Amino acid sequence: MQDKVLEINHMKKRFGDLTVLEDISLSVKKGEVVSVIGPSGSGKSTLLRCATMLEWMDGGELIYLGERAAYEENGKCVYASKTELKKIHKHFGLVFQNFNLFPHYTVLKNIIDAPVSVDKVPKQEAKERAITLLKQLGLENKMDCYPHQLSGGQQQRVSIARALALQPQILFFDEPTSALDPELTGEVLKVIRELAKQHMTMIIVTHEMQFARELSDRIIFMEQGIIQQQGTPEEIFTAPNARVKEFIGKFAG
Amino acid sequence: MNTTTMLQILGSGMLKTAAIFFLTMVFSLPLGLFFSFGRMSGNVVIRTIAKFYISVMRGTPLMLQMIVVYFAPYYVFGLRIPAGYRFVAVILSFVLNYAAYYAEIYRSGIESIPKGQYEAAEVLGYSKIQTFVKIILPQVVKRILPPVTNEMITLVKDTSLAFVLTEVEMFTAAKQIAAKETSILPLMAAGLFYYLFNLVVAAVMEHVEKRLNYYK
Ligand SMILES: Nc1ncnc2c1ncn2[C@@H]1O[C@H](COP(=O)(O)OP(=O)(O)OP(=O)(O)O)[C@@H](O)[C@H]1O
Ligand SMILES: [Mg+2]
Repeated sequence: MQDKVLEINHMKKRFGDLTVLEDISLSVKKGEVVSVIGPSGSGKSTLLRCATMLEWMDGGELIYLGERAAYEENGKCVYASKTELKKIHKHFGLVFQNFNLFPHYTVLKNIIDAPVSVDKVPKQEAKERAITLLKQLGLENKMDCYPHQLSGGQQQRVSIARALALQPQILFFDEPTSALDPELTGEVLKVIRELAKQHMTMIIVTHEMQFARELSDRIIFMEQGIIQQQGTPEEIFTAPNARVKEFIGKFAG
Repeated sequence: MNTTTMLQILGSGMLKTAAIFFLTMVFSLPLGLFFSFGRMSGNVVIRTIAKFYISVMRGTPLMLQMIVVYFAPYYVFGLRIPAGYRFVAVILSFVLNYAAYYAEIYRSGIESIPKGQYEAAEVLGYSKIQTFVKIILPQVVKRILPPVTNEMITLVKDTSLAFVLTEVEMFTAAKQIAAKETSILPLMAAGLFYYLFNLVVAAVMEHVEKRLNYYK
């Protein structure tokens, strides 16, 4: 059995002259929950976007479950073939800050459409899976609603269900509660906590320090395109280095 | 000229107007989408050609374009112009012209769809074609209905330009009768016909818009 779900080695990413990811190495074991924190502009989103191949990285290696999506050769980043990438794509899911639900589809259709039309899951089976998920997320009575009829918190839960419906091995979250009113963040965090209990492998970019602290197996502090410090929540919060201390201090204060 | 002949002439003019309208719609809507892809193409040559084409079609009178299309086989290819070509030339020039307008409408619609929709689809594993057909296009259609309706209404009125190629559509028919009978009534009748036609177009489009109101 493959123990490492994700392995990133020396990932680099530039936008023009701006080097956003300097050199990021990171590996995530099955069932692990990793939180990524760091100041605005430190490259957290870029890291997730490169890992989910929404952006092409400029150097380094990207491996899912032992399958290499990209590697470096002669200083250049080489990606696997389209067919291989398509297969690797099935290993991960991504939850966006602003949900990005499909507005013209009902909640149910949002969840089942990708399994049915991408993974060719029989419709009935996809539907049963979706209903189980919706029940789990407390949304079974919203099945026939359209996204605009839901609150932000409900929309984010639907988008989590949509990602889960494809049964990914690892789920990325990019600030899943940042677009929500404070009173709605709780319901989304609760869902993520629930997933952690079920040993879903997750990488979560967040500004919710308390949440990261109680939930994560490991916390990564990013700044200026590198990992400044990483460790268990205890290590990060009780023995932070100077920069991390300053950063966390801002949230506490 | 008795009433029956008058009505017959007007009636066949009406039919021709309707035929020009529907044929133009049927061909220019998909062709416009095709042109909009050209206009948004990553290939600079294709993009420039499409952009130039659209600007010419929008920047010169439709009447002139009709004449060019009609005489092109003769002047460009040295072919004799067959008798039945007049109507074809009308449709062809209307289609080429309207497709340019629709291309710009599609483009603005497609560009107005948030990037997040593409990214969500990509991460979920949709192919490029699936993303466009299932996720993007339905949202584009909803957004472009108002400007498309405007173009359709203009088209109904533009059909009268077919007289340039001596196609007897509604307006030409009315003018002929009016001249013979020295009466303004046929022209009034023609005006009423255009107006009613457009009322129907507007009503149908409003209905379609309402049907798509189930989501925002
Ligand atoms: N497509 C792009 N083109 C050019 N620059 C970009 C692009 N995407 C991101 N950047 C730049 O890269 C840097 C890192 O951005 P990124 O979004 O990864 O930061 P972040 O850590 O997620 O910040 P935040 O906490 O504000 O979300 C920023 O300076 C940003 O302006
Ligand atoms: Mg970000």
